[in-house]
Amino acid sequence: MTHNRKLIKIATAGSVDDGKSTLIGRLLYDTKSLTTDKLEAIEKTSRQRGFDYLDFSLATDGLIAEREQGITIDVAHIYFNTAKTNFVIADTPGHVEYTRNMVTGASTSQVAIILIDARKGVIEQTNRHFFISNLLRLGHVVVAINKMDLVNYDEDVFLKIKADFEVLVEKSDFKTDQITFIPISALKGENIAKHSELMPWYVGNTLLDHLEVLEPSDLHESTVARFPIQYVTRPRTEAFHDFRGFSGKLYGGSLKVGDEVTVLPSFTESKIKTIHFFDQEYSEALPGASITITLEDEVNISRGDMLVKSSELPKSEKQITATICQVNSKPLKVGDKYTLQHGINRVLAKVESIDSVIHTDFTGEVPAAQLKLNDIGKVNFRLSKSIHFDTYHDNKSNGRFILIDEGSYDTVGVGFID
Amino acid sequence: MSNLFIPNPKEAESIHILREVAAQFERPVLLFSGGKDSITLVRLAQKAFYPARIPFPLLHIDTGHNFPETIEFRDQLVAELGLELIVRNVQDSINQGKVTEERGRYASRNTLQTTTLLDAIEEFKFDACIGGARRDEEKARAKERVFSVRDDFGQWDEKNQRPELFDMLNGRIHQGQNVRVFPISNWTELDVWEYIKTEDIAIPSIYFAHKREVFFRDGMVWTANEHVYRESHEEVFEKMVRFRTVGDMTCTAAVLSDAETLDAVVAEIRDSTISERGARIDDKRSEAAMESRKKVGYF
Ligand SMILES: Nc1nc2c(ncn2[C@@H]2O[C@H](COP(=O)(O)OP(=O)(O)O)[C@@H](O)[C@H]2O)c(=O)[nH]1
Ligand SMILES: [Mg+2]
Repeated sequence: MTHNRKLIKIATAGSVDDGKSTLIGRLLYDTKSLTTDKLEAIEKTSRQRGFDYLDFSLATDGLIAEREQGITIDVAHIYFNTAKTNFVIADTPGHVEYTRNMVTGASTSQVAIILIDARKGVIEQTNRHFFISNLLRLGHVVVAINKMDLVNYDEDVFLKIKADFEVLVEKSDFKTDQITFIPISALKGENIAKHSELMPWYVGNTLLDHLEVLEPSDLHESTVARFPIQYVTRPRTEAFHDFRGFSGKLYGGSLKVGDEVTVLPSFTESKIKTIHFFDQEYSEALPGASITITLEDEVNISRGDMLVKSSELPKSEKQITATICQVNSKPLKVGDKYTLQHGINRVLAKVESIDSVIHTDFTGEVPAAQLKLNDIGKVNFRLSKSIHFDTYHDNKSNGRFILIDEGSYDTVGVGFID
Repeated sequence: MSNLFIPNPKEAESIHILREVAAQFERPVLLFSGGKDSITLVRLAQKAFYPARIPFPLLHIDTGHNFPETIEFRDQLVAELGLELIVRNVQDSINQGKVTEERGRYASRNTLQTTTLLDAIEEFKFDACIGGARRDEEKARAKERVFSVRDDFGQWDEKNQRPELFDMLNGRIHQGQNVRVFPISNWTELDVWEYIKTEDIAIPSIYFAHKREVFFRDGMVWTANEHVYRESHEEVFEKMVRFRTVGDMTCTAAVLSDAETLDAVVAEIRDSTISERGARIDDKRSEAAMESRKKVGYF
């Protein structure tokens, strides 16, 4: 299926009314992904509202309340493809709950498009969007300077905003080649799919061309292999009487038949005997694969255990420090107990202390007694059992977790291990 | 011997989700409609648990107005793969007086299904219902989570959904709640068709062009038979048609088509300018039809 087409996942970021929904609608329109019936619905509603243009935000604002109020409430996922690429875009709404929504949308993405209103330039929100892109270590950021039509397509406006943004880039972990600036008009379709004749001074790629040349292999980190066991596959049928396979998704690096591996938390060593995907056997699997592995030795393994190469052991600790983003209205306080879900493995966690709340504009941090909704802060936890982790910086998949409230069972926070 | 396994990212993600369901829930069930999306789910589940059997049953809510080809196909698939199938009938809910048959021009049993489904969930104490909905189908679906928590009444609270971060799925629920799980959330209609093609998955014959008695109403092609209300002036023609989605006869419109092979169907979908849901009569009722139905526990 999608084998011959690459998959790129993108999150949009911007304040309310910067044009996120319009941009996505425009991308759908320009790639001919809007079907006639959807386009007719957009035309009809635009006319009813007395607009002399097509309001493409109607393509994505799906809930009744959103259409009534002309705003986006919840993260929406939108799909379109070009001949070479499958795109998934997370449209993240930009009001009060912004941090939560952007972190959620960006967590499944490799690229962020940060929108800036050309009339307003870099504002406090922009700092925050870029800070989150940096925290999540996204592979690439496109800074789309929108509404150029409202500033007479003036190059100086573009250059000024670019220079302001570059100050932020210097404070971040991004390299300059991971950031691209494009002047656009989402409403008019300038520099989206076609080069703008009104901005001849811009010689770079259009937004769509730029997104097309991004390579997933450059956007995904390659590091050491981590194989958390999701499910023990025991057919107990005649044909597979003794089969005992360990099923899960492989992260970070590849695994091969014959690799010497260690099972955590027991630290038992063995070798990979076979690698299966459905009814086929393979000698090696790449990261991202949902496979089933068997081992040379009889090893006691259950869900939540992890298989790693013996030469590449992660850290194993009961005390961790992490950057937490609080995504629930109930604040996180010292002494609180949560279920901490590290990948698929769950342990109990107690908040021992809160070091600080971090300013999301790269200006440092302040001491704090609690983390409120949308706060990002440094927190120390004591765990009921050791987890086997890497820092988020070294190995994204094995350096993150969610916090689950013991009462409501809601997901209340996401953590990045330091 | 060296052979490298290069994963298909969407397939790998779906398998990951299905394994999480099997591990996190006590009584999962796969909602099987006989349509291409649920058939794709069955294949993904086969892959997720091979060489073991799929560790959950299939549940079909039969409106009694299904295409006979779909039912035949369902029974064959279940027999071939040795799956457990549970069928619950909307007719029974009608007989028990729990729901009332709709009347008139747009009469359909589509919305009545919800009651039968919720009753089945209660009867079997299912805690996770796996469905084939995709986010690209419809705007309200685009906001749906992979693990979508429903309350005791099966209701969807769209403004209060759990955030889903990375691929860490939180399926913890309270007594009486259940979770709707959508493993192919991130697939598009074209992805599904291309997958059916590469995987050589069998699908019911009504997806391919065939001769059928139809009539035309509101710019759509309706099946002409005893289950579908038709006015005397609405003339019946025999046409070459196929179906893009397979649901209840009363709410699934056909499209005129000559695509008799999978290749031809995939080519047609690729070039299509009408969305899949454009052929759903139930969605035409109003722009917000889907969201309203989901709120009260629809699939
Ligand atoms: N003039 C102009 N208006 C735009 C442009 N992009 C978006 N808008 C308008 O800005 C308003 C907010 O856009 P919307 O897409 O809903 O913003 P969102 O809140 O970021 O999703 C709408 O009235 C759009 O028509 C643009 O490039 N030029
Ligand atoms: Mg919006």
